[in-house]
Amino acid sequence: MDKEVAIKIGGEAGFGIKVSGLILGKTLFNAGFKVFGYSEYPSLIRGGHNTYQLNTAKNDVFSVTKKIDILVALNQESLELHGQELNNGGVVIHDGLDIKDIKDIKDIKDININLMDLAEKAGGALTRNIVALGAVMNILGMDLQLFNQELEREFGDKGVKVVAMDKKAARLGYDYLKKFKIGAYLKKEAGSKAGDYIMTANEATAQGMIQAGCKLYAAYPMTPATSIMHVLSAKQCDHHLVVHQTEDEISAIGTAIGAAAVGVRAATGTSGGGFALMVETLGLAAITETPLVIIESQRTAPATGLPTWTEQGDLQFMIRASPGEFPRFVIAPGDALEAFYMIQEAFNLAEKFQLPVIFLLDKLLSESDFVLENIEQHKVKIKREGFINDNELERMRDYKRYELTKNGISKRALPGQLAGVHVINSDEHDEYGYSTEASDMRTKMMDKRFKKLEQMMAEAPEPQLYGPRNADLTVVAWGSVKGAVIDALREIGDKYSVNFLHLTYIWPFPAKRVKKVLESAKNVLLVENNKTGQLADLIRQETGFELKNRFLKYDGRPFFREEVIKEIKKYI
Amino acid sequence: MAVVSAAKFNTSISPTWCPGCGNYGIWAALKQALFELNLEPHQVLISYDIGCCGNGANFTRTYAFHSLHGRAIPPAVGAKLGNKNLVVIAVIGDGGAYGEGIQHLIHSARYNVDITVLVHNNQRFSLTTGQATATTPSKTVTPTTPFGEIKKPINPLLLSLDSGASFVARGFANDGQHLAELIKAAVKHQGFSHVDILQPCVSFNKENTNEWYRSVIYKLDSHKYKADNLLRAKEKAEEFEQNGKLPIGILYQQERETYESQIPQLAGEPLCRQSLEGIDCLAKL
Ligand SMILES: Cc1ncc(C[n+]2csc(CCOP(=O)(O)OP(=O)(O)O)c2C)c(N)n1
Ligand code: SF4
Repeated sequence: MDKEVAIKIGGEAGFGIKVSGLILGKTLFNAGFKVFGYSEYPSLIRGGHNTYQLNTAKNDVFSVTKKIDILVALNQESLELHGQELNNGGVVIHDGLDIKDIKDIKDIKDININLMDLAEKAGGALTRNIVALGAVMNILGMDLQLFNQELEREFGDKGVKVVAMDKKAARLGYDYLKKFKIGAYLKKEAGSKAGDYIMTANEATAQGMIQAGCKLYAAYPMTPATSIMHVLSAKQCDHHLVVHQTEDEISAIGTAIGAAAVGVRAATGTSGGGFALMVETLGLAAITETPLVIIESQRTAPATGLPTWTEQGDLQFMIRASPGEFPRFVIAPGDALEAFYMIQEAFNLAEKFQLPVIFLLDKLLSESDFVLENIEQHKVKIKREGFINDNELERMRDYKRYELTKNGISKRALPGQLAGVHVINSDEHDEYGYSTEASDMRTKMMDKRFKKLEQMMAEAPEPQLYGPRNADLTVVAWGSVKGAVIDALREIGDKYSVNFLHLTYIWPFPAKRVKKVLESAKNVLLVENNKTGQLADLIRQETGFELKNRFLKYDGRPFFREEVIKEIKKYI
Repeated sequence: MAVVSAAKFNTSISPTWCPGCGNYGIWAALKQALFELNLEPHQVLISYDIGCCGNGANFTRTYAFHSLHGRAIPPAVGAKLGNKNLVVIAVIGDGGAYGEGIQHLIHSARYNVDITVLVHNNQRFSLTTGQATATTPSKTVTPTTPFGEIKKPINPLLLSLDSGASFVARGFANDGQHLAELIKAAVKHQGFSHVDILQPCVSFNKENTNEWYRSVIYKLDSHKYKADNLLRAKEKAEEFEQNGKLPIGILYQQERETYESQIPQLAGEPLCRQSLEGIDCLAKL
């Protein structure tokens, strides 16, 4: 296959749309195809409309397209909402629905299958999705072997009977399609896996946390951060990790900071609303110089907003949140593999600089399925820094927790250490940690904390420039927009001269590097999933560059690749 | 020279509380209790709230985590989960414990984490100059209630009993010996301990004075009162509302598995000592 295929499954919430989509995704992945899985669903458990879209190709795919090739419409709404998204020559699989509305799209292949009939023949109505997926497998031109393996993996714990029933359902759907004679969409022979794993960025983050030695995760459920807690909860016993569900987010960050204060690698996680509740304690981490990792997965805000949709609306909030001033890191990975590495770096940086590190995701990253390829599990080494051992402490006799040092970093004695007794103080304090309101000490302590900035800047990896060094257009984006831009650039090919500056370590702001790239850029296009262009404003503040070309989107949806391509083409 | 008295829990800083403040008595009792429990300063972590009582962070020589207003309990829970070998105590005023951060009291009682919460209950926000709190009696005039408090006060002991606290006691700041015994029992108790400490605030509470307290409190007689019955404990907790008397002592104590003891990951070394070598997060994927 040279062409990418986009498959969308739509149906009522509670029908297992996401699970079905992922079974298909994993099958394709095991057959050697790259996949990107994107789900849309309302904030409801039953009723309401769910979709899962799989983009699959031989080459990398990290974004979702607006146009699709195959639509599995499990209800009328799917047809109404997504029929128009079909490409010419697209296929719609449905169960006796009225498809006249999309008949005006040329060449639609109308596959009307009595899914329910076949499902019942297979042994139960619940297999209706699987019948449809069997049909999809036929359209893709693949056999059912790998698909059946996925069924075993997914439903194995429900017993052999259930698995057998599902396999039968898939076979019935598959065979039913024979009479339609649709040419195979995927021509590649079944090969080996297309990478190492399929994971959401939340799953990758959770794995990275474990790898980084995180031993306490305190949180309160909030979409789209919650699945981090689910993954960690399931694995906690294997790794001496405690997942503690607290009474609220204030307690979540408070509990995490308490554990961090006694030397544990600890973290909390939430979405923007929960983070808002944590803000006071964020400042506590800063003034007490306690290492803390805070994960924030953005959703469409403010307030409850669109709880299950995506946005990049919290960037400036993350950088500024809290009364007062202090240094912090804000790190925003662009895909699941970056999340895996960067969360590990986050723990190292928090500990080294003794401050809060905010790890910024969004719904698109947190809940989309990515292929992780060439994963280097031990690329990021655990660096435990900033502690002081008992002998050293005893020799010292006059231990100062907040000693004024050249680089602003002072050694942490941990509660329990004999000669290190001190106050970890929320009040401004002297070098020992005792409260003080003296003007000179206040100034010195502020300066101490800010002295870390220089080294922080030096250690944070710089933004990556993808594509040629010199180009007619430079696209600038941060975090999750990476996938849409990278895929867009690949798709438009070398004949257009475009490069892409992607920011991940956003605060402290990498002003030097950004300035350098912008200075030599002929034309710049900012792409941001928010209303005002928060990164653009930040760039102006930090470099003086005004980015006038801002492609912004704030409807709760991520950028579709076609939109980005179209926008880029306006400038070249 | 090693100090062999409760004075080893003094820092170089003298307390800044008003002369006659009940915090002195609580401070002394706390140090005495720690001393009699044979604890050393480094074995204890006290998480302090913000308030007059919280200023004790500077005067009491143990590891201290001076947190935020209403938020002393979550860090105490985190510290205990992180290092179960530490004796963990939270020191909070009634403003923080029963107002700003009341949810933390309720829930950590329910979790039965092995920490001790000492509430310096002076029925005022004292550090902010004496406004009414959740335990200020109705009709009391304060700067924010010039016509008398309208709201009904809560009963903190009933609250923690109902929340599942496994140790609930009431003490009096100016009965040091008795209070030290209570604190000792609370620290020794395995599980969540709540000690509400009646504390005169000489500057902002002219009603509930040392003399007034002495006229209404009485000590529970451990021969006559057995602290093993929840219903009886609730009756005791409500005695003031019923007949104007304030019993002090242990109202309730129940042996119950702690939160930590039911978490298998906490069975071995404390979390803070777990080795971070050789982790393989992808092993079972
Ligand atoms: C979030 C927040 N709100 C308000 C304050 C102001 N404040 C500081 S101490 C305090 C009340 C203290 O009262 P209490 O907890 O009863 O302790 P006390 O001073 O009586 O010992 C208040 C309201 C604060 N520091 N933080
Ligand atoms: S204001 Fe009240 S509580 Fe605060 S130190 Fe003075 S007497 Fe004690």
